[in-house]
Amino acid sequence: MTKTTLLWALPAVAILLIPALTQNPYLLHMLILVLMWVVLGQSWNLLGGYTGQVSFGHAAFFGIGAYTTGILVKLGLSPAAAWSGLLVGGLAAMVVASVIGWICFRLRGPYFALSVLALSEVLRLVALNWNRLTNGAEGILFIPAFTSKAAYYYIVLAIAVACFLAIRRVMGSRLGYYFLAIREDQDCAESLGIDTTRYKLYSLLVSSFFTGVAGSFYMNYMGFIDPGIVFSIENISIMMILVVMLGGAGTMWGPAVGAVIYILMSEVFRVFVKRGHLVFFGVLIIVIIIWFPNGVVGTIGEWRARRKAQATPAPEGA
Amino acid sequence: MSGQVAGQLELLLQTIISGVLLGGLYSLIGLGMSLIMGVMKIINLAHGELMMVAMYVTFWCFTLAGLDPYLSVLIAFPLLFLLGVAVQKFLIAPVMEVESILPENQVLLTVGIGLVLSNLALLAFSADYRSVPVSYASKAIYWDLSLGGQTLSLSFSVPMMVAFGIALVLGASLFLFLGRTDLGRMIRATAQDKRAAALMGINTKRITYVTFGLGSALVGAAGSLLVPVYYVFPQIGGPFTLKAFIITVLGGMGNIPGAVLGGVVLGLAESLGSVYVSLGYKDAIGFVIFVLVLIFLPKGILGKGSA
Repeated sequence: MTKTTLLWALPAVAILLIPALTQNPYLLHMLILVLMWVVLGQSWNLLGGYTGQVSFGHAAFFGIGAYTTGILVKLGLSPAAAWSGLLVGGLAAMVVASVIGWICFRLRGPYFALSVLALSEVLRLVALNWNRLTNGAEGILFIPAFTSKAAYYYIVLAIAVACFLAIRRVMGSRLGYYFLAIREDQDCAESLGIDTTRYKLYSLLVSSFFTGVAGSFYMNYMGFIDPGIVFSIENISIMMILVVMLGGAGTMWGPAVGAVIYILMSEVFRVFVKRGHLVFFGVLIIVIIIWFPNGVVGTIGEWRARRKAQATPAPEGA
Repeated sequence: MSGQVAGQLELLLQTIISGVLLGGLYSLIGLGMSLIMGVMKIINLAHGELMMVAMYVTFWCFTLAGLDPYLSVLIAFPLLFLLGVAVQKFLIAPVMEVESILPENQVLLTVGIGLVLSNLALLAFSADYRSVPVSYASKAIYWDLSLGGQTLSLSFSVPMMVAFGIALVLGASLFLFLGRTDLGRMIRATAQDKRAAALMGINTKRITYVTFGLGSALVGAAGSLLVPVYYVFPQIGGPFTLKAFIITVLGGMGNIPGAVLGGVVLGLAESLGSVYVSLGYKDAIGFVIFVLVLIFLPKGILGKGSA
């Protein structure tokens, strides 16, 4: 076995074995949340970090996934069958995303970012007012299918791995290069014959699908949603951006690193600061943007590149 | 005219009156956003939170010193101007020079600023809804209109009319300031072409400070005017940021008369919508108009914005 395979295999086995080693529900809960935020971060990163289309309202897709599952349960599906919501919720998010993308991607600038924000607010109002379908402000409650956290751990792990592999696959394909080209210079990409509107839309579709799946998982896991929780701008949309910025936008591992830091910090803040703990996240956003705009992974990458450049002396006469 | 038709007409006219009055306040909120948008090409997502700060200033001025909310415009306006200048100088301007992968870094920064402001307010003042008990809060002037043998009784809310009047005065002063003074001309030149303005000897950096300060001061004044007719609470900013953006898009980005018109259109639409569509969906109506404008009139209703 080579050194690199070992380097990959060891953490992988460790991650798979965690539920066998510990039954501590609190620890497992934290890990489940981390993995869910990995999915959310990856999704946002594909669109924002790789394609350069910043969205301020990804809670829209999260909420659609969650509510699709919730409504399926309400319509009489057993909680076990509610897992079909993972797929249906993701697809529903994609459908809505395709409409908003079709409208907004033809315009540049902040239109898309804020249209999605507006969309998530409209959806929140719909969820709040369409009582017969969504129970309004009461929210939707059901008994989760499994009592053991281990089951949820494996399910969300599978989603996170699928999301990671899918996005890595996309970024390794021609599509990925189109996305990067659009992010770097849209005019240039267009002049090379890339249909930028279409490829921005593709990026959004993948991104919204996985966000919807994560929303549906949230419903299945928590067993309760209300409009204020799943369509929250502060707690979902902005935190998705924070997770990506913390880890490093436009990097493969950034969202995962960001999710771990985010969940750790939010637990610490939640325990020690009773209310207004979002102040710290706000300060964090400001600090990252001013001093570490490329996040943890991006900053380490820069630092290593600089060391490498120092270690290899410039060729003579260069 | 039958009594039923008269009743319907009365409701319609009354709704239009409240909509236009509300629109005056919205215009003031939109003006600040549009000015910042025009000069710096960024969306200020802390706009509503700046208004919230002004509302708390007004609230405490009244509670501690008994100062009338309309008089505290004179305090909130300069205070928010200074806050805006500080935010631009120490936070947003440095980020203009930072290289990063995300293209909308400054906008993200304003998200962080908004989050800090609203949660600091939450820490300092708790989540309670507060209001200022002024004597004229529910005063109104009634106007009986005779029409076809029926009498329509219309009411004009006094605080809303005062707010509308002050908003008009501020809007007009801004228009004169931008059109007639040197500083105003410099701001417009910077909005048109930053590099060319710099080549003409304008200190564009200082212009962005003034612009952000002015935008904050305008929304601060709107906050003070809103206090007698609304509640003050830490989370009030978010929805108003969105409203400001909708107004800016309606009027065309950076278009000052457009922002005034956009504010009135939004006020009217919300007012009509809450009466004739549904109260619960009142806030959604603005978004629907917004999306329609994006599809059909991306340069705003006056067609002169910089899309």
